Amino acid sequence: MSRFLNLALAAALLSATAGALAQPNKYAGIGRDATPKEVAAWDIDVRPDFKGLPKGSGSVAKGQDVWEGKCAHCHGIFGESGEVFSPLVGGTTAEDIKTGRVARLNDPSFPGRTTLMKVPTLSTLWDYINRAMPWNAPKSLSTEEVYAVTAFLLNLGGILPDDFVLSDKNIKDVQNRMPNRNGMTQDHALWPGKELGNAKAKPDAKNVACMKDCVAEPKVASMLPAYARDAHGNLAQQNRLVGPQRGADTSKPEAKDGEAAKVAQAAAAPQAAAKPEAKPTAKAEAGAAADGKAVMALLQKNTCTACHAVDKKLVGPSFVEIAKKHAGKADYLAGKIKAGGAGVWGPIPMPAQSLSDADAKTIANWLAAGAGK
Amino acid sequence: MQDQSVSGRVIKAPENFLDKGGIQTVLSEAKQGRRSFIRNAFAAAAAGAGSAMALAQGNPIPTEGGDPNIINLPAHSTGLGQGVATEGYGMPSKFESNVQRRPSPGLTQTTQASVSFAPLQSLFGMVTPSGLHFERHHQGWWDIDPSKHRLMINGLVKSAKVFTMDEIMRLPAVSRFHFIECGANTGMEWGNVAVPTVQYTHGMISCSEFTGVPLITLLELAGADLKKGKFVLAEGADGSSMTRTIPMDLIKSGEVFIAYGQNGEMLRPEQGYPLRLVVPGVQGVSWVKYLRRIEVGDMPYAAKDEAVHYIDLMPGGLHRQYTSIQECKSVVTTPSGGQVLLDKGFYQITGLAWSGRGKIKHVDVSVDGGRNWRRARLAHEAMSKALTRFNMEWIWDGKPAIIQSRATDDTGYVQPNYTQLRAQRGTRSIYHNNAIQSWLVQENGEVKNVQVS
Repeated sequence: MSRFLNLALAAALLSATAGALAQPNKYAGIGRDATPKEVAAWDIDVRPDFKGLPKGSGSVAKGQDVWEGKCAHCHGIFGESGEVFSPLVGGTTAEDIKTGRVARLNDPSFPGRTTLMKVPTLSTLWDYINRAMPWNAPKSLSTEEVYAVTAFLLNLGGILPDDFVLSDKNIKDVQNRMPNRNGMTQDHALWPGKELGNAKAKPDAKNVACMKDCVAEPKVASMLPAYARDAHGNLAQQNRLVGPQRGADTSKPEAKDGEAAKVAQAAAAPQAAAKPEAKPTAKAEAGAAADGKAVMALLQKNTCTACHAVDKKLVGPSFVEIAKKHAGKADYLAGKIKAGGAGVWGPIPMPAQSLSDADAKTIANWLAAGAGK
Repeated sequence: MQDQSVSGRVIKAPENFLDKGGIQTVLSEAKQGRRSFIRNAFAAAAAGAGSAMALAQGNPIPTEGGDPNIINLPAHSTGLGQGVATEGYGMPSKFESNVQRRPSPGLTQTTQASVSFAPLQSLFGMVTPSGLHFERHHQGWWDIDPSKHRLMINGLVKSAKVFTMDEIMRLPAVSRFHFIECGANTGMEWGNVAVPTVQYTHGMISCSEFTGVPLITLLELAGADLKKGKFVLAEGADGSSMTRTIPMDLIKSGEVFIAYGQNGEMLRPEQGYPLRLVVPGVQGVSWVKYLRRIEVGDMPYAAKDEAVHYIDLMPGGLHRQYTSIQECKSVVTTPSGGQVLLDKGFYQITGLAWSGRGKIKHVDVSVDGGRNWRRARLAHEAMSKALTRFNMEWIWDGKPAIIQSRATDDTGYVQPNYTQLRAQRGTRSIYHNNAIQSWLVQENGEVKNVQVS
């Protein structure tokens, strides 16, 4: 090969590389075009200008049916419940609908802030109900159901009349009735960029790095009351057992000032060691109860754990409570799991569950045998 | 009000944690003269020095003339230890099992829409071990098969694109240390002291080395219209399909990246395995986990967490919307609330500082409640939008002390105290509380979370 050819080859290679880098496909072989079907499956967001909103409609009346079947057990019959999540409805007035500012946000004595008190944009409600609700079966509502539930929620807040049908045609008008539509400001320095709000805004809270004789004698203005001493468990068990300090033994009253604090090593022993060993699932009917671990997986898979926990009340009663009340009644429990019900444990209904008969039976047997680990 | 002394539990109050009665107790105690409490405590310490610290000599010479831990050789000095690969994935020492992330009792009613806090009181340096990284889930966490995970880019692009994880991991990668802090970190403390330890006051922050691909690379691959496209929507693949509006300025600067690596291994499932967004300096809710879709658009999206939550209530009743930057902040992690100092004498005060606007320039520490300050030593070179560890030597004389730290970032912004912050934002914001934290070291060695005025 001549020297000239060598150089030419090198030059050609060089220019080929440079050319490739300048082109958009410089990362050859990476990624492909999405199909329209794929984009439609995932591009579900709805913007404040309602871009992305599917055509359709839903009535307040239909929304009430959906609500009572799928929403009320977490959010309450009137959207007012704070048992599981922050309340959705309450705190807005007819005057707020006129002004677009929720007056009670200015009242520090008003307890809590509901969703309808805060949300400025109707698109936000439609979008979130559509993408994330219900809690244990997100994205399972039809377009009509999303319109209907949104309409019912606004009806509970006195924003829409009982006979209203919300649709893609009238949703912009309804936006103009949102009680807190004028309640937002973007005039702050906490957005990293110039795209929105006030690009010239300066950080609001100001301090100076004074080093000497800066403030008057400090006064303790707030500390935890004594009754909250162990509200977060024994702090001795939440600190390392070696180093300059230990955790305070909050299972006992505090040592008085001037008296040495006793660092109880026993109290600080790792929590794992303190855990009692798992109890054997006694009283299992002729081996009918599967072991706890397998059942836990089933409970997780069928999203039972969205509303029930092993030993504390969530939306519904704990598994241990159920086991106590209905010991040995496997068939009854299997039926209840499938059909749902209300009244046994209080007014919050449990919806019918669509799990397999075999799964329902396994869970029921486990409950009937004591809900052991 | 219930008899709290019997139940021993704080009643749930999601926004300020203490119920009305609890707050009244705190306020009335404050009015009755916590001031004199402090002054008396100083006086008592001066009068009765010596009696104050009977606490422990940690390292005495026993009467038999030597420490049995030295004299009598232990099994590990006289026997054969364990073999290699006893555990294919090594675990911390069994003596470290108190170091755990924990939920705050009563804060949430479900475990799937909840928080666990990182144990800052037990961590060293700037990196959070991946297994102790704080958790915030909105609809439960998943362990997703990476061979089935896809990332889609659409909106204002020449052609919508789909990428597999295999393809994403072939692209040129960056590895950077960044902190992630929940916008609601320290949110329970806006009105008053509500929780006892630094784990619960500040534990919704963690710092990792993340590895991944700058988002701008993928936007360019899809032919994004970067003139019209001023905003990006990031969307997760989990049940709530979490969405947030991401600032285009930060994307164009190359700072925002899609990460699959965390501290040398893949992301943990609780942190979004196999793919999450990293938005340096911006609150955690924007770091969308299980990232499935990026949409380029020309207006902000008003997602649920931009229009119902993660909005900051101001005095006057307006909410600030799209508040994103985590401003300069610091906290002393030892000594801190719920700990007990073992003895008088030398200690190292240590803590963490960070800023969503850049690097930490310096940190000052006070042991007298903010009257006088000394400059702390940074334990390593400060990195932009990453945790920075600071240390300061201190000799505790056994008297009450109020320890604070105050960070300054490279924009010149100085971390505010509660008086300054509340003067601007009131007490009902929930989000973006970056006030100076105070810890009261009592004579008995026990450290308490306090707020001073």
